[in-house]
Amino acid sequence: MQIVQRRPLPLRRVRLRPGGVLPILAILAVLLVLVGIRQPSFLDPPSLMSFLGRSAPVILLAAGQYFVIVSGEFDLSVGSLVTAQVVVAARLIDSDPARTWPVVLLLLAFGALVGLVNGLITTRLRVPSFITTLGMFLILVGAVYLWSDGAPKGGLSEEFRRFGRRAIEDVPLLGRVPYALLVLVVVAVLAVALMRSDFGRTLVAVGDNPRTAQLSGVRVWRTRTVAFILSGLAAAVAAILLGGYSGVSFQAGAGLEFGAITAVVLGGVALGGGRGSVVGAMLGALTLELLFALMNFYGVSGALRSTVQGAIILLAVAVSATRSSSR
Amino acid sequence: MSVLTLLPVRRRVPGVFVALTLTLAIGWLVVLVDGGQLFNQSTTVSLLHVAAGLGFVAVGQTLVILGGSLDLSVAYVISLSTLVAAETMNGSDGALLPAVGLALAVSAGVGLFNGLLVTRLRINAFIATLGVGLLLKGYLDSNYDGPAGATSPGLVQSLGYQRVGPVPLSFLLLLAVTGAAWFVLSRTRFGHHLVAVGGDPEVARLSGVRNDRVLVAAHVLCSLCAGLAGVYLASRLGSGAPRVGTEGLYDLESIAAVVIGGTALAGGRGGVVGTVGGVLLLASIDAIFNQLEVDAFFKQVIRGVIIIAAVAVYARRALRKAAS
Repeated sequence: MQIVQRRPLPLRRVRLRPGGVLPILAILAVLLVLVGIRQPSFLDPPSLMSFLGRSAPVILLAAGQYFVIVSGEFDLSVGSLVTAQVVVAARLIDSDPARTWPVVLLLLAFGALVGLVNGLITTRLRVPSFITTLGMFLILVGAVYLWSDGAPKGGLSEEFRRFGRRAIEDVPLLGRVPYALLVLVVVAVLAVALMRSDFGRTLVAVGDNPRTAQLSGVRVWRTRTVAFILSGLAAAVAAILLGGYSGVSFQAGAGLEFGAITAVVLGGVALGGGRGSVVGAMLGALTLELLFALMNFYGVSGALRSTVQGAIILLAVAVSATRSSSR
Repeated sequence: MSVLTLLPVRRRVPGVFVALTLTLAIGWLVVLVDGGQLFNQSTTVSLLHVAAGLGFVAVGQTLVILGGSLDLSVAYVISLSTLVAAETMNGSDGALLPAVGLALAVSAGVGLFNGLLVTRLRINAFIATLGVGLLLKGYLDSNYDGPAGATSPGLVQSLGYQRVGPVPLSFLLLLAVTGAAWFVLSRTRFGHHLVAVGGDPEVARLSGVRNDRVLVAAHVLCSLCAGLAGVYLASRLGSGAPRVGTEGLYDLESIAAVVIGGTALAGGRGGVVGTVGGVLLLASIDAIFNQLEVDAFFKQVIRGVIIIAAVAVYARRALRKAAS
């Protein structure tokens, strides 16, 4: 009886919000208008392109986090992973351009490995992902400080930094296209293609109801582990861009995990899994970045930024939560 | 029903205490071989002081986690509470009680806000408390650059440094708070309702539990506990400190302590006694590593490994129990 009665609810909820990208697009549009009023030059192609390039790392992290969240888990380790990657890259490259590509490959492998470990501990040892990735956060931060004796060593080569800070200049119409933006576009296309493939459907099914997925023949643990690996890879790419853009520091990735999770939720993805799209998640990250830019233009002091950010997140999520629960 | 769900709690509690005893025994041996002494007066006192600070937060956190919720704003509530207390006292003993009262009231207010966001607006607890944390962070960052106010000497001498033998007054207070929480959870209707809501909100609602009220109350109690931790830290530091909560990682550490203590993160299973065990375990590891003069960063790595390993052990045990 109970089960029969409870079933129709989620179905109707899905029908109410097809895709779920519309609300975030509306917020994005409002923010764009506000920015346009205050600082019309921001909307010129060159500065807009630079802005998109700067936002690329966070958007990538949001896409990675989306895979994990839609499968019903969390990844709190991405921020510390970015820090670790940047510090490791600087020490291994040690300003030697010849080592750039091997190190880039190594970083990708390292990111995938951390994701694999997170995934296996979560799925095989049945540790809640909140705890697994929290532990991984402590381990990575501790290990990276330990390895570098408390201060980052070495330096990044100009070749490595190119991805994060250089652009293809003199492009007709757009002015300049940052490499970071190209990377972002490629990853975004891959992510959307992945979510449209069988794997994407399986991933959402696992997040929606792991038991049902299991009974339909899905290897839940494998799917979730792959999601963690994707998140680790996204963190690696984000670290390469961020290291290039802002250089080496222990603060490189601080707080990015919460930023990515808020972005994903802002984009209409349900924590707990099974609902939302990767495009929404990435738009959520873009919205957050635009919000920060807007606060800069309006001269909101750095300290108050988090208050505004907190208020907006609560507001946005509250609105979407009350909408979806009012049958 | 509630008796059934409570039974595993009592069987589960010893786990963390076995681990604690083993850790202390091994730690004692290793420190002894290293030429030190783990159980002398000063290390014991500092261990218990560390445990008291984290303990207040973790006991409160246990209540919300049991109810299937979570509180990531505690670190900022702690900082806020130290400031409210220290600035109201402003170094005079006369304002002691009003100041403590005000600090706790402000904290309870934050808890009420958290609870209403989670229940009335149906915001996921993770996001809601993270958002409230950001609100508080913005307030703290924009109004304070460093320590402010002064704790009354009376509070510093009593809660801060007074002790009975090797046991600080603050730790005794923690035991009292834990006892009260244990009583509430296992002997009162509210406690049973809270565990029921955490176990299965739908079933609880159908059985006539008012889920929203129960969860709001749990959030208020959690923030009260964080506020108490703030008052305690103000008494230790002698002033209000706007970043003490975040620098101590009280949000994540308290959740780790709760989970190490055997409370399920998904809610509905566990208890405060285990949490105190978890807190003592984390504090002992700290004390042992301090004695061995282990690198602070290495300590953090080990801490991460221990948190994951402890929870993996619980998960295995739960799995075996489910299989048998």
